[in-house]
Amino acid sequence: MARKFIHPYIPNSVPEVQQEMLQEIGVKDIDEFYECVPDEQKVQGKLDLPDPLLSEAALKRHVEGILARNQPAGNMINFLGGGCWDHHVPAVCDEIASRSEFLTAYAGEPYEDHGRFQALFEYASMMAELLDVEVVNIPTYDGSQAAATALSMACRITGRLEVLVAASTAPDRLSVIKSYLYPDIKVNLFDYDPDTGLADLDDLSARLSDQTAAVYFENPAFLGYLETRGQEISALAHERDALSVVWTDPASLGVLNPPRAYGADLTCGEIQPLGIHMFMGGGRAGFIGAPDDERYIKEYPSRLFGIAPTTHREWGFGDVAWERTSFASRETSKEFVGTASALWGIIAGVYLALMGPEGMRELGENCIKRTRYALNKMAGLPGVKAPAIGTHFFKEFVVNFDGCGKTVVHINAELLRRGIMGGQDLSQVYPGMGQSALYSLTEKRSREDIDCLVNELEKILSS
Amino acid sequence: MFRLGLIINPVAGMGGPLGLKGTDGEEILELALKKGALPQAPSRAAHVLKALSQEKDKICLLTCPGPMGADTAIQCSMPFETIPLKINQKTSPEDTRRAAKMLQQRSVDLLLFVGGDGTARDIGSAVGERQLCLGVPAGVKMHSSVFALSPHHAAEIALGLIKGRRSQPRLAEIMDIDEEAFRADQLRARLFGYLPVPGSQRGLQLLKAGSSASEKAKQQASAAFFVEEMDPNRLYLIGPGTTTRAILQALGQEGTLLGVDALRDGQIIGKDLNEKDCLALLDQAGFEQATIVVTPIGGQGFILGRGNQQLSAEVVRRVSKKQILVVATPDKLQLLRGSPFRLDTGDPELDRQLCGIYRVLTGYRESAYYRAEL
Amino acid sequence: MSDKTKSRDFHQARWNEPIIFDLSTPGERGILLPEMEPEIETSAGDALGELPGDLKRSSPPGLPEMAQMRVLKHYLRLSQENLGADLNVDIGQGTCTMKYSPKINEQFAASPQLSGLHPVQDENTVQGVLEIMYQLEQFLKAISGMDRFSLQPGGGSHAILAIVSMIRAWVDDRGLSDTKDEIITTIFSHPSNCAVARAKGFKVINIYPDPKTGRPDLEAFKEAVSERTAALLITNPEDTGIYNENIKELTDLVHAHGGLCSYDQANANGILGITRAVNANFDFCFFNIHKTFSSPHGCGGPGCGVVGVKEHLIPYLPVPLTSFDEANNRYYLDYDVPKTIGKIKDYYGVIPAMIRAYAWIRSLGAEGLLEAARVAVLNNNYILNRIRAMKGAEVPYAEGEHRIEQVRYSFQLLKEETGCGFDEVQRRICDFMCHLWSSHEPFVVPEPFTIEPTESYSKQEIDEYLAALEKIIEEACATPDVLKTAPHNSPIHHVAEHEYLDDPKLWAVTWRMYKNRFEGYFEPKKEQ
Repeated sequence: MARKFIHPYIPNSVPEVQQEMLQEIGVKDIDEFYECVPDEQKVQGKLDLPDPLLSEAALKRHVEGILARNQPAGNMINFLGGGCWDHHVPAVCDEIASRSEFLTAYAGEPYEDHGRFQALFEYASMMAELLDVEVVNIPTYDGSQAAATALSMACRITGRLEVLVAASTAPDRLSVIKSYLYPDIKVNLFDYDPDTGLADLDDLSARLSDQTAAVYFENPAFLGYLETRGQEISALAHERDALSVVWTDPASLGVLNPPRAYGADLTCGEIQPLGIHMFMGGGRAGFIGAPDDERYIKEYPSRLFGIAPTTHREWGFGDVAWERTSFASRETSKEFVGTASALWGIIAGVYLALMGPEGMRELGENCIKRTRYALNKMAGLPGVKAPAIGTHFFKEFVVNFDGCGKTVVHINAELLRRGIMGGQDLSQVYPGMGQSALYSLTEKRSREDIDCLVNELEKILSS
Repeated sequence: MFRLGLIINPVAGMGGPLGLKGTDGEEILELALKKGALPQAPSRAAHVLKALSQEKDKICLLTCPGPMGADTAIQCSMPFETIPLKINQKTSPEDTRRAAKMLQQRSVDLLLFVGGDGTARDIGSAVGERQLCLGVPAGVKMHSSVFALSPHHAAEIALGLIKGRRSQPRLAEIMDIDEEAFRADQLRARLFGYLPVPGSQRGLQLLKAGSSASEKAKQQASAAFFVEEMDPNRLYLIGPGTTTRAILQALGQEGTLLGVDALRDGQIIGKDLNEKDCLALLDQAGFEQATIVVTPIGGQGFILGRGNQQLSAEVVRRVSKKQILVVATPDKLQLLRGSPFRLDTGDPELDRQLCGIYRVLTGYRESAYYRAEL
Repeated sequence: MSDKTKSRDFHQARWNEPIIFDLSTPGERGILLPEMEPEIETSAGDALGELPGDLKRSSPPGLPEMAQMRVLKHYLRLSQENLGADLNVDIGQGTCTMKYSPKINEQFAASPQLSGLHPVQDENTVQGVLEIMYQLEQFLKAISGMDRFSLQPGGGSHAILAIVSMIRAWVDDRGLSDTKDEIITTIFSHPSNCAVARAKGFKVINIYPDPKTGRPDLEAFKEAVSERTAALLITNPEDTGIYNENIKELTDLVHAHGGLCSYDQANANGILGITRAVNANFDFCFFNIHKTFSSPHGCGGPGCGVVGVKEHLIPYLPVPLTSFDEANNRYYLDYDVPKTIGKIKDYYGVIPAMIRAYAWIRSLGAEGLLEAARVAVLNNNYILNRIRAMKGAEVPYAEGEHRIEQVRYSFQLLKEETGCGFDEVQRRICDFMCHLWSSHEPFVVPEPFTIEPTESYSKQEIDEYLAALEKIIEEACATPDVLKTAPHNSPIHHVAEHEYLDDPKLWAVTWRMYKNRFEGYFEPKKEQ
């Protein structure tokens, strides 16, 4: 019996076409194909879903009506950061991100999908220049996954099952790391100085052992400051034959040294700052960089695209694969490979190509200098402690308002009324830091924006 | 330069067109020649050499004089060197064995041999696991898995190696007809040994998941799992095969590749046991306290009856089905293409009783439940 | 077969674009950044110079320097060398559900009202997106019968990670870590099931299919289940397209032994509105938003995997969930999940994918989802009927039976008869503007290929794909060299020398590595 529900997304919903096809198969009704599903397992009646919005106009009106209830920080004077940053996304990045050819492709061969292989190879290559490494993977789900995977790799490379992670690690990232490594790998924390934010080298030293696979820290740190003794941390790790694993912000590497320069064996991080909108935290991709060392390359669970010759002297590509020839007795499972974040890798490549070395330098300079300007001005506000932790900064810093007798919740609500998104409230996540907020300054924050913030804060704090 | 060794068994395959079962044995050969049999192997060899001649600049060909290699090389205009092997017009298995030893001593990168199971046995007995080989099929009896699918296929594999393609060698079985059984009118294959052959060269599209383990690594993995689960009080009869041998290697011991070894408390307590030895140990151990560990042999998935005949019906009857443990890598299972394990203990009634589901150790902390049928 | 469906004379764009570094000209700029205002310069002083020694970058990164249009051009050309589902009849990528990603949904996903949201901005300012997340969860509950969903995982494998992490927590919670240490799955299931289970400390048992019926061997399954069984991870229908009517027998058995059951619904597209996870008593299920629910695949992500659970497992879900506060009529991010496994992803999940799924479901409604499933299944059986008749192709298992939304076929016969197998067909089909995909490992079915049409392609398009397949099979018999040297009409020709991808001394995964090893076109670099 032909049903009359025709939908633009379902070409063969036309009853006559269905009949033609059924006839060719020799079956009377589509129901016959479902006879293998026992009646007791079949849905009775219809699924409990709202009536369809069949016309595109109605759908658009409905969804845009819901979206209208959002007040994007991107449209305001926005000082939120802390892992997801409000950098400028070049129009060319948006253009390439919307190309159907890339957007709707998936797992084709390096022939008919040659474009994505070359684009991702180029992404990996440009990241390699930025990070000063030889190997960069096809992106993982996000930067936190990259950190977790890098630590897992370190365990396989060293054959050990413990990692030492800086206590200053971003709290949500730490949650992902712990969740991922459980139960096989033990995660221990090492302390940091509450004023400088720097790693407590004595505590690290005391906790290092022959069971430590890796020492992990972040630079810039989640709370915005820079770790100045990376070299010493790496050295301590190496003394015990552990690896140094460092998480970094690629937006900073136009002016700051990549972690390899201060002893990192594995470098990881998040590429959202490189041409990806904030998307409420829904646009993420992670990278893991390593030296050209078979011991490291073998342990990558994610895909690596290699370049290869073709029969006609073109640039060809393919997955690099190798046979692991022995089984290690401490072998935990190879991690899994699934659909992760390839498209964002391509877009980050577009971004890096647009920026070039000069652009990345200008980006770094913008961040550091605007941050310094904001810091200086905030420090001038009565009762405000800025910075609350750390000495050198890249693009964010912590401001403490304990001396003003006002909560961050109140301050941010007042700022919001004035069209300003105040810094991230840290009082719940870091209760020891009192009423503190994390203020982020990207190249989008003009002098007027910063002056406006400071003026409004002045008014709010004195009222 | 790629050092390629070549041995042609000129009498291989001559019985085929005449319906004879192989040409080993003088009387059979005489019979074949009387009936007008023509040598098959040289033309197969020529097919391979012609395909390889495109890379002749990269190849240093070492071969035997006359009908065992040189004649064909001349015919194909392939430059070559001969080894100092003295042969007569009528060649013999001993010639094959001597040639193989000489080529191995001259460090050939690959030893190509053209012949059948008999030839494979001769090569195997001469060089064992020490020389990378590849069989070009030309015999009548072709039970061994040391052979390429065809002369064309053999040439493809050799060319791949010559051009520098890497592939992990795998140990391939040398099987031949069990003559005893044959005399009793039963056609069964026996395991005679192993030869390292070039591993499978995977197509691009398989290379999607980063690293994968070689066959050897997978065998080590399932061995490690076995050792983890091993009960120190139990008697284990470890059957022939490379996957089972990996278990003994994991315990730091040397087992017999073609024989049954007995294991208790992580120690080998008997090597290369025959049926009688097995029965004695089983009676000692007592019912329920023994496990027979086997791996499929011979390509058709036989877990009993091909290559492990020491584990006779009598031996197997001493244990229950639950006490038969199979070890096999996923690749080995994949070769079965969905077909079940097979049984041929010699006792059809016992075979029937043994049909059903078996636990198979397939990797580290990884197992499967796989079906055995008649 | 009409003229309309004869294979077309196709040639994909071939640009021979240089590697981007070779397009660099020193001094060119692709985009300029804001200049520092004088007040900022004064206040900041030499902020860069003041950084401690080894924090400052000593030499600029070796990125290409290109003007803007050239960057655009490069990537547009590469995009032309990429065959997205929007361009071809993408039914050959079985298991991936390459359906239409409606462009109206792309408008929603790219809207500044979504892209400009920061994840920690005040919840009152993001009620719109929270509503979408909450409503999507309600839809998924209706579709599956489960009680709560987490939208956090970034893909199917990630969802499996979340589920097995929850199983781990549940087992540990009950003090059963030593006794419940086995997870059962099938050999046709996605390899991630096995890998994740092992990573979470479980031993894995793979059930092979019954050689005749193709369903998981029931007898083998019964042998495998025991008090040691912590969970069953299973797909139904499996990648063979065969629906296991005994599924409830399997879940009952696992439950009887105190284990949990998880339903991998990567293959949900053919059963939407037909059967639900709750019908077979599953405790967990997950969907791939980028498969069944139309979010585009993005060359390999971003994707989105959503995990549904029954009430008793809600406490273990990753945080935060999205909840609705009826008293105050507002949506909020809910961190009150007492035994949560923590976070498995940054922030809340892949928001753009969620809005696409929401819009897709709103566009179709219950009747539309059912029709999508029915047509997907009709299309699949139509193809099955035609491929059955093709020379060299076989349909293993369940002889004569229908399938659900996809089929696993085999070209073993073609390989034996012509020397051309799956690899050759896959490379040749590019010349006909199509893809063909094999199978997850291990290849239980030899020379496998898997076709999943979904509901998105017309009969005419399907006929064109089948015509291409038939032509290629003809060629395999008559002129196999055409396949062996394929592709001919693709952006590049055959990558014949695998050693550049296999050999650690030869491979290069970045341009930098290539330059270290080679010069010119794969000429080994001469020792200095």
